[in-house]
Amino acid sequence: MIEVLTSLLILTGVFFSVVGTLGIIRMPDVYNRIHAMSKASTLGVVSILFASSLHFLTHTSAFSMKELAILVFMYLSNPVGAHAIIRAAYLVGVPLSERTVGDQLQHEKSAHHE
Amino acid sequence: MILWVCNVALALQFVSILAATYRLLVGPTVADRAVALDAIMVHILAMIVVFAIRENTPDYLDAAMVIAILSFLATVAIAKFMKRGVVIDRSAD
Repeated sequence: MIEVLTSLLILTGVFFSVVGTLGIIRMPDVYNRIHAMSKASTLGVVSILFASSLHFLTHTSAFSMKELAILVFMYLSNPVGAHAIIRAAYLVGVPLSERTVGDQLQHEKSAHHE
Repeated sequence: MILWVCNVALALQFVSILAATYRLLVGPTVADRAVALDAIMVHILAMIVVFAIRENTPDYLDAAMVIAILSFLATVAIAKFMKRGVVIDRSAD
């Protein structure tokens, strides 16, 4: 029963990771790419780490905190890293896709260049 | 059954590392390459965890922890480099 649950969690995590990478290939500009990648791969890796925690909880005698530590760290650090990169890209002036409808951060870019 | 699932997961993650490598080589801007590197690091972390489940030893998880910390630091360093041109900014001194 636990094995089925672990397998389902692993497959869910791999599915979301692969979807995130598909977004990296298919999306038109870097903002869409990181939007697709960071959230999907965060959910994927958190799911896989949860599966690992469940597996080692039942298969080894000792309960290890390592997976939970990595899980909390990934859950906090992955969005922060994505935000840092995408903010730097916007301020440096990476062009938006031509299908973009609006740009509400424009004043900040002009303030940065002064 | 868990062995089969882990093998499938490792194969799919390998394929998506190859796909992210395509974006790493082709990507038109530095930000695209940084995103691809971030994705590759996350997939390597997931592969290490799945491999630890497959081999039934929790010892590999130390490597996963190191990869997680390195991935975050590398991403922040690239972002800082893109914005300022240097990683360690001494202009405020």
